[in-house]
Amino acid sequence: MASKFERKGKSGGTPAINTASLPDIVFMLLFFFMVSTTMRETELKIHVTVPEATELTKLEKKSLVSYIYVGEPKASYQKFYGSEPRIQLNDAFKQVNDIPDYIAAEREARDENERPFMTTSMKIDEHVKMGIVTDIKQELRKANALKINYSTRKKLQ
Amino acid sequence: MARQSNQEINAGSMADIAFLLLIFFLVTTTMDTDAGLSRQLPPMPDEEQQKDDNKIKERNLLIVLINKQDRLLVNGEELRVKQLRERAIEFIENTANQEDLPEKKYEIIKIKNPKYYPGSDLPKKVPHNLFEQRFPEGYAVSKGVISLQNDRGTSYKMYIEVQNELVAAYSEVRDRLSKRMFQKPYEALNEEDDVNAIRAAIPQRISEAEPKNIGN
Repeated sequence: MASKFERKGKSGGTPAINTASLPDIVFMLLFFFMVSTTMRETELKIHVTVPEATELTKLEKKSLVSYIYVGEPKASYQKFYGSEPRIQLNDAFKQVNDIPDYIAAEREARDENERPFMTTSMKIDEHVKMGIVTDIKQELRKANALKINYSTRKKLQ
Repeated sequence: MARQSNQEINAGSMADIAFLLLIFFLVTTTMDTDAGLSRQLPPMPDEEQQKDDNKIKERNLLIVLINKQDRLLVNGEELRVKQLRERAIEFIENTANQEDLPEKKYEIIKIKNPKYYPGSDLPKKVPHNLFEQRFPEGYAVSKGVISLQNDRGTSYKMYIEVQNELVAAYSEVRDRLSKRMFQKPYEALNEEDDVNAIRAAIPQRISEAEPKNIGN
């Protein structure tokens, strides 16, 4: 061992680690993340832990999905909004009767021939009571947004 | 001059740039894929339609009630969530054609563009009438509807659990038929038309009822 270090010392300082392949490695990581992740579209102001289920269907076209979040406001918002479950659409707290407008706006933003395939994904906290969920479902029916998806986690068996 | 043109571009900062991009993507994106239970809501009923709803015969209906204490009542009988799947399968299949379980309607089911004979490696054509051959008078499609009703006080967690059990029951029945017809589990069917044929034979009929308070 000692002789090894000596030899290196004689040949003039420790040689620098070759970092030529470092960009390649980092780029590989970068591409992996670019492909496997999606853009975060809204900042959640509420706590949402979706319930678990086993019979999942994946949402195919992300661009055709609009989201409705329901859950207890996060601690910093509880001062203004209380601790009762609230609805969040895009970035703001909303009421149940704002949903038809939201759906209309979402519809307006999509291409006309894609509108029939739009899905509403409901990300609802598992501790929420069904009352508010039923109200949302009724509003969605009124707005004629009939394709829905109850967002769930995969249950590990 | 010649010496300069031979000089390599300094790529030392390349790693830094890539790292910067990497961190940017790490921060602004999320990993979670969206999955869940897909449902179709019924359209808002007209005055006349509401009368039609009452026409479903009692035997064709499996009413699943969840009260605000998250307890289940299935056609007047108290059940645990774990028992629900079995009960639903029994309801959907009705193998013995019992009087108190759903009626069946004979329907001819066709596989649209059959390609290969599933289960065998030989690229043999599936007969267009695979379902017709096995079921000459048509496949007995159940008329059963599962109606899910809940209270405003029911927890969402329980609701999803029940929904999940009901979907699981349908998947299991479809799986059984798929194994019988194609010698493959339903999940493993590659041809969309085969999947559609199974779906037509066992339609998923879970109705999310009009909201009403069902009390305790």
